[in-house]
Amino acid sequence: MDVPITDPLPWYIAGPLLGLFVPLMLLLTGKEPGVSSSFRHACAALLPKSGLDYFKYDWLKTGLWQILFVVGILLGGTLVQFALGGAGVPLFLPENLTAAGLAVLFGGGILVGFGTRYADGCTSGHTISGISNLSLPSVVASICFILGGTAASFVHRFAFGGTIP
Amino acid sequence: MSDVKKPSNPWWKFPLWLLLGVGFGAVLTSAQVISVVRVRRMFAFEEPHMFLVIGAAVATGVISMLLVKALRKSKTDLSGEAMEFKDRPMQPGIIVGGLLFGVGWYFTAACPGPIYALIGTGTWTAFAILGGALVGTFLFGAVKKYLPA
Repeated sequence: MDVPITDPLPWYIAGPLLGLFVPLMLLLTGKEPGVSSSFRHACAALLPKSGLDYFKYDWLKTGLWQILFVVGILLGGTLVQFALGGAGVPLFLPENLTAAGLAVLFGGGILVGFGTRYADGCTSGHTISGISNLSLPSVVASICFILGGTAASFVHRFAFGGTIP
Repeated sequence: MSDVKKPSNPWWKFPLWLLLGVGFGAVLTSAQVISVVRVRRMFAFEEPHMFLVIGAAVATGVISMLLVKALRKSKTDLSGEAMEFKDRPMQPGIIVGGLLFGVGWYFTAACPGPIYALIGTGTWTAFAILGGALVGTFLFGAVKKYLPA
């Protein structure tokens, strides 16, 4: 963990840029930014014989745009990390590298996958796109995201000695 | 030209989605919202950075979409296709799923967009998160019919 913590791109630049992706994507391509449905497309693609209705659809036709979008997000991370000077902050902690730490990431990932699919969206789909289009369920979902994370932080720090880096 | 039916999704949209993703991922990474440092500090209410990024994104989105809807009465994109506003109805999953995702967001320090951006930065631990997310998605698909909807 020898990556020092440096200042991020300021919120008053990063926030508006992220928000502008909603009108930009809708006007240019007809789609609103969203990421977590890509997990569904991946499951539908990887398990064509699951027999589950939830994964029985033409994932390539429905999801190709979103698969391209998330591959782009991945490449955006690569671009900043290796061509634009790096994120400037640690992206993982030493505790993540133990078997127990990886199990926590995997288990947390299960909650991310299950939760975003049950809620029908994540921070991009609900919080950025949904609220931008004045959807009340998206406001409720976003409040629940923050409540869930805050509760987890509280339990982690006060019951299990979790630390803030 | 008037009787030519517009094809759905002209070819140029596909590289554009990739490019838009690159931009989105680059901002997520530069703003460090993909970092465990920022996420932990957010959920402990130690620093406002993440909340300000999210708040400014939402404010910009709301205002710009009000403008778009007022100025572009056709509600179509540049190729003439209808803009697709995803309908996410109120249902128990909004709250239950939302809370579960929040807990997962804390412990992985990554919401879905950042999972991909992290992999792109070479943070290999993010494969554990992505693997979990796919398992969680599969589990949801498997138990969906038993859940209140």
